[in-house]
Amino acid sequence: MNTAPADAGWRFRVPSVIPGFGLTLGFSLAYLTLIILIPLSGLVWRSAALGWTDFWAIAMDRRTVKALEISFGTAIIAAAVNVVFGTIVAWVLVRYRFPGRRIIDAMVDLPFALPTAVAGIALTSLYAPRGWIGSLLEPLGIKVAYSPLGIVVALIFIGLPFVVRTVQPIIEEIDKEVEEAAATLGASRFQTITRVLFPGLAPAIVTGFALAFARGVGEYGSVIFIAGNLPYVSEIAPLLIVIRLEEYDYAAATAIATIMLALSFVMLLVINLIQAWSRKRYG
Amino acid sequence: MTQLRSRRLLAGLLAGAVQFGILGFAFADTTILNVSYDPTRELYKEYNAAFAAKWKADTGETVTIQTSHGGSGKQARAVIDGLDADVVTLALESDINAIAEKTRKIAPDWRSRLPNNSSPYTSTIVFLIRKGNPKAIHDWGDLTQEGLQVITPNPKTSGGARWNYLAAWAWANHEYGGDEAKIKQYIGALYSHVPVLDTGARGSTVTFAERGLGDVLLAWENEAYLALDEFGADQFDIVIPPQSILAEPPVAVVDGNVDAKGTRKVAQAYLTYLYSEEGQRIAARHHYRPSKPDLVPAEELQKLPELKLVTIDDPIFGGWAKAQPYHFGDGGIFDQIYKPAQ
Amino acid sequence: MADFVSTASLHAEKNRATATTESRATRWVLLALAFGFIALFLLLPLILVFAEALKRGVGPYLEALGDSDTLSAIRLTLLVAAISVPLNLIFGIAAAWAIAKFEFKGKAFLITLIDLPFSVSPVISGLVYVLLFGSSSLLGPWLKSYGIEILFAVPGIVLATVFVTFPFVARELIPLMQEQGTGDEEAALSLGANGWQAFWYVTLPNIKWGLLYGVLLCNARAMGEFGAVSVVSGHIRGLTNTMPLHVEILYNEYNAVAAFAVASLLAGLALVTLVLKTILEIHYGHAIAGSRGH
Repeated sequence: MNTAPADAGWRFRVPSVIPGFGLTLGFSLAYLTLIILIPLSGLVWRSAALGWTDFWAIAMDRRTVKALEISFGTAIIAAAVNVVFGTIVAWVLVRYRFPGRRIIDAMVDLPFALPTAVAGIALTSLYAPRGWIGSLLEPLGIKVAYSPLGIVVALIFIGLPFVVRTVQPIIEEIDKEVEEAAATLGASRFQTITRVLFPGLAPAIVTGFALAFARGVGEYGSVIFIAGNLPYVSEIAPLLIVIRLEEYDYAAATAIATIMLALSFVMLLVINLIQAWSRKRYG
Repeated sequence: MTQLRSRRLLAGLLAGAVQFGILGFAFADTTILNVSYDPTRELYKEYNAAFAAKWKADTGETVTIQTSHGGSGKQARAVIDGLDADVVTLALESDINAIAEKTRKIAPDWRSRLPNNSSPYTSTIVFLIRKGNPKAIHDWGDLTQEGLQVITPNPKTSGGARWNYLAAWAWANHEYGGDEAKIKQYIGALYSHVPVLDTGARGSTVTFAERGLGDVLLAWENEAYLALDEFGADQFDIVIPPQSILAEPPVAVVDGNVDAKGTRKVAQAYLTYLYSEEGQRIAARHHYRPSKPDLVPAEELQKLPELKLVTIDDPIFGGWAKAQPYHFGDGGIFDQIYKPAQ
Repeated sequence: MADFVSTASLHAEKNRATATTESRATRWVLLALAFGFIALFLLLPLILVFAEALKRGVGPYLEALGDSDTLSAIRLTLLVAAISVPLNLIFGIAAAWAIAKFEFKGKAFLITLIDLPFSVSPVISGLVYVLLFGSSSLLGPWLKSYGIEILFAVPGIVLATVFVTFPFVARELIPLMQEQGTGDEEAALSLGANGWQAFWYVTLPNIKWGLLYGVLLCNARAMGEFGAVSVVSGHIRGLTNTMPLHVEILYNEYNAVAAFAVASLLAGLALVTLVLKTILEIHYGHAIAGSRGH
């Protein structure tokens, strides 16, 4: 691998005195292939073996379409909520000094560290009609647990750190002199934020949105407890995969999984494009 | 040849290492795995302890019984897919037949190896309703009234769900004098009242009792009583319809697995003991109908009401071998009529 | 002179404060929103876990944790983490070495592939192994004929866990090692060290805190993974039941106290992870480059 001819115009790698390239890259590629690529291509291969007609029939099945709609719809709403509150949290954490700031900052990562099943049963108990929050909402006629709203709540929990942790470092980097300049030129604080600060934050906010959304679409553990799992109403796509698998309908499970996989590839691509674009634009 | 042998050796070592890794903490014990269906959790929890004590007393050996619970069809598929069950105690015959056919790990004559078609206990399907019966549900015909929601699991994955379906079918057959078009219409109407199909009976109970969905739960008799115990009799009532189905949950030793693991003796004893006085009394305590009621003292026989019970071998079904593909197979009647409520 | 400068800068500081921050009222509103949101979505669920677990007192709580099925779930979870975290640790170091210390074609693509498991639904991560090793696959029955079990056994759970925790260490180390460049290693090599020595005495001390950070996050996910493991495990109590799966089983058995008791252990693990993570960030923040953001 590292024997690429040094004098050729095209080089696989730039020569270096550091050893171990062949070993480490070889191991990484082998491990990546074994753990990730072979299993994933197995999925695609199985799905291809289905044939286009069967695949299309499963993909267009109303229950499949609805489950995908629910997964994507709730993930978009949750990511949007997180964009608003996540940006506020990030702003408060960077700009304001208050007691307990460090604790709040650390708490933001809780959804990364807390197992999804624990989050699932905790949120369900909280928002169930007899729960601490659910019992307050019930008289108002708001039903969170066992409804699509419950999915959104779970996905807000899961997605929050993605937005905060993407936006926070960018706010830290903002040069205060820019704000001063804007203020000196007579801009109100509101104008400074919307016209000067926000455009600089926008790429980070979009990236945070995309990350929270991508995670939300595939989320399973926290959602299945709180969703109620009604077909056509609150049944998410990953759950439908599990149901099909349990029905021994490998074809349908595989097809739905392939659709979701393709969509996450697209998401990944979009995230990378946004990041490349913002690097180019804002250096 | 040598290559093959060394490969086998390597494989054996690997497997040994893995097994030791898992069971390292309990390597001196015999362990058997009972793969069961959903509502038997409490039954087998108590029975396992009783059997382990009995086995210790008889042989001096310590036996650990592991159990796995889930929808009966789903569990059968896990065994087919390689789950190493020593015994299966499932909700219905065709699930065990499926294992026997697909893996050849269970002898075809398994039903005749233990008494009563290999069913140590039977049960039936009843209605669990909200306290006071606000929707006035008394019989199968009441389930299709306007605006009513019925909770029942997915017949594709759950054994109890198939008994529910067949019980409804048997009632409709009686009601409409065997007119299949009308029966299908009723079954279709019934399932159009079902908002969610959980994969197992336990999932449906949680949906009905905990999530508060639906007006009536079609439930195993024992599961209905359990829900009363767990959630308090002040929340629900049980309605016994005039007619239902005789559900015979069968048990079997998985010959292929016990022979490979050397656990045949204890696995067989485990199932046989279900038919003993103690086994039958434990079953009765958990609201199953013992297959040998004479072994159970009358005061311990729970008040299990008399009702008309149709069996799966009734000509309208023609046994599981016929009923399973006809009703629940791919493209079978259930597939034709099921359109989830929206 | 010095006094003058400091007074002037103090003055400027004051001006800047009013020009570059929000009005008092706005600040309070924003703070209230942030606090309220965090309390509602993060703090309350956490408190609830412990409250529910201890609802009937300490006795039933300890009893639930002492249950033999619970203990074996804890053991299995530790075992799975003990296998999958080191595997991904070795991979993370190797991948970061290759990517950060060398320039080669297709590097960006490789990084994207490493990131892939982050954006794949956990259910799919489990499903791929079911397809690969299930009875309808080619591999499963063949391995089975040699007595090797993958699905419904520990190897399957380990594989699914390795899949979902795959990028954690690598993603932590790649930016860190890229930032550190190759100067230190080149110096060591020119002084006569061999590659291993350069790695062991130069690189490793440079990256140790970042490495620890990655391992911490990797471990938290490995012990907490639910979806992927749920698909490949046979849910056998005492055998293939990890702690998160055990939480689900107990919850479905209406055994709320026991479910939340096990959940409280996992929540405790999460809290320990957060505390260690914060300590690392405070004391070694400079040595954990690129640590923020995922």
